[in-house]
Amino acid sequence: MTIMQIIFLVVGAVILGSALMVVTTGNLIHAALWLIVTLFGVAVLYALLNASFLAVVQIVIYIGAIAILFIFAVMLTRKEMRDRGPQLNSAWWLSAIIALLTFGGLIWILQSWGDFARLPADFPTGFDAVGLLGNALVSPDAFVLPFEVASVLLLAALVGAVYVAFNRK
Amino acid sequence: MIPLSWYLTLSAALFSIGLFGVLSRKNAVAILLGIELMLNSVNINLVSFWRYGDITQMAGQVFSIIVFAVAAAEVAVGLALVISVYRRRNTVIADEIDMMKW
Amino acid sequence: MNLWTDPINFIAHWLMALLTSWGLAEWLANFLIQLIGVVVLVSMMMLIDILLVWVERKVVARFQDRLGPNRVGPFGIIQPFADIIKLLIKEDITPDGADRVVYNLAPILSLMSVLLLWAIVPLAPVIFGVDLNVGALYIIATGAIGALSIIMAAWSSNNKYALIGAFRQVAVMVSFEVPMIATMLIPTILASSMSMGVIVHSQNVWYVVIAPLAAIIFMITAIAELGRSPFDMNEAESEIVAGFHIEYTGMKFGLFYAGELMHAFTFGGFWAILFFGGYRLFGLENLGPIVAAGILLAKALLGYWVIMWVKYTMMRIRIDNMLSFSWKFLTPLAFVLLMATALMNAILRGASSGIYIAGMFLTNVVIGWIVIEILRRESKRSRVMIEKPIHRAVARP
Repeated sequence: MTIMQIIFLVVGAVILGSALMVVTTGNLIHAALWLIVTLFGVAVLYALLNASFLAVVQIVIYIGAIAILFIFAVMLTRKEMRDRGPQLNSAWWLSAIIALLTFGGLIWILQSWGDFARLPADFPTGFDAVGLLGNALVSPDAFVLPFEVASVLLLAALVGAVYVAFNRK
Repeated sequence: MIPLSWYLTLSAALFSIGLFGVLSRKNAVAILLGIELMLNSVNINLVSFWRYGDITQMAGQVFSIIVFAVAAAEVAVGLALVISVYRRRNTVIADEIDMMKW
Repeated sequence: MNLWTDPINFIAHWLMALLTSWGLAEWLANFLIQLIGVVVLVSMMMLIDILLVWVERKVVARFQDRLGPNRVGPFGIIQPFADIIKLLIKEDITPDGADRVVYNLAPILSLMSVLLLWAIVPLAPVIFGVDLNVGALYIIATGAIGALSIIMAAWSSNNKYALIGAFRQVAVMVSFEVPMIATMLIPTILASSMSMGVIVHSQNVWYVVIAPLAAIIFMITAIAELGRSPFDMNEAESEIVAGFHIEYTGMKFGLFYAGELMHAFTFGGFWAILFFGGYRLFGLENLGPIVAAGILLAKALLGYWVIMWVKYTMMRIRIDNMLSFSWKFLTPLAFVLLMATALMNAILRGASSGIYIAGMFLTNVVIGWIVIEILRRESKRSRVMIEKPIHRAVARP
């Protein structure tokens, strides 16, 4: 058991544990806060995978914007400051069975793939992943078109969200 | 050395937990929380395949950044819709939003 | 290497030799040494924080034409210790109906998000925590954690005034992050890297000469991120009592307060790193790393003084004016400045140093002049509309 494996097991336990708390806790604000713990664990996982830019962007976008948006939405859609009643609907046992079957099915399909337990190549020191990523995002024979389409999508979502949620008096 | 199977198992588990959240929660905002978990599991998959494949091919990270953008857009519009529905119907329980305009 | 030219590595090697001679495994010794380094950095920052309390109270007193604390010790220098003792002996109340875990976690997260920033500050060419290659984004990430701690504090206090203050403060912080990212990208473009160490290293000419408008916009957005006047929605005393930290007493309030002062000092430091050459001062930093660290801390104190100057001179802006200032003025200006700087950098890249500096400076001056012209015409237009006589429909006697 190397150090990296122990760190991965701890981070994985944190991610799965807080994800379970997200989907089962009764208090919705607590669910949003557990989501933030999950997102933070995923950012640590990206750092373990040497994707440092993605780790920081995960914290900026998911925790800094999306999680705060969730907390605002939870606060704005309630009549009082507390939740009441059970938060799982009546067919939750069926959803649990479906989720377990999905997990089992995914693992079974992946097992039959030959390269399932592949080991990583060494990460060369001085490898400028951020520079290569920047080049790939704006280079015409790489991925500039999906990048621009994603920015148009964000503009459309911005205009749409403001229009839908606008409080016309 | 961490084999790829560990990362894929983790992301499959996270996806299933998100799926459970989407299918079994009453509150509409809580359903969106489950969707966020599923999108994060997809991102873990993409980045681990980038790392365990050819790291000079940036397609994995670019796809992952596009998923970030799509998740942000979808959460924004989804929560705007939920807030707008709450203003009209005064509820966000998904089971109670079952009639069109009356 | 010796203790003067490379203190951190020298001490680390000495400690490593000592610990391994005691029989510890190498990875454990390494871990312990790094832990000691972190504790030393955090302790040094908290000591500077105590000094900042005294500086703040003396400076605000001078701005308000009075003396400030001068009884406790010479020039009142022991006053912060008196403050700390007072905060420690206060009763530690948790309000009724508050969410205990979140309530106690919020001030810790708030102070943590400030201390995390000092990991990437290059105090000298050889004294830094970690030379992260995405340093500029890391600053925004810790700002996000700070915004989160404000919401946690307000929500768990079970108090409507706290919630209003927190909503406003987080709206301001999120709105001003956009021009901050755009202006932080300008030193990134000029230095071709997001890492703080590389940005300081490539400032042969300070970036405040090459991009002065970016420095001004960065200072404005930094003051908004800090939540200090004129953008202090979180402690608008005349409006919402004390904002999101109404229900906090004793040392928990002390953590918020100390965190806010240290945050201001940290952003003074980042203003110095990004635009004023960091630890560089016309070659004086080559004397030794301690001298370089002293230069950076002095520049950070100057930046902190500018932030305090703005705080104690200007009045608070109304919340809707604040948000429209960010979205309708600063964000377009910051993006136009970013595009113009990138374009002029690409055009003038091969030119000689004097032409490059003059060209970039003139670009900033032209953009600033155009902005002031637009603002002048806009204000003249709205003034004419107000002063136009209104035809009355009432019969005059």
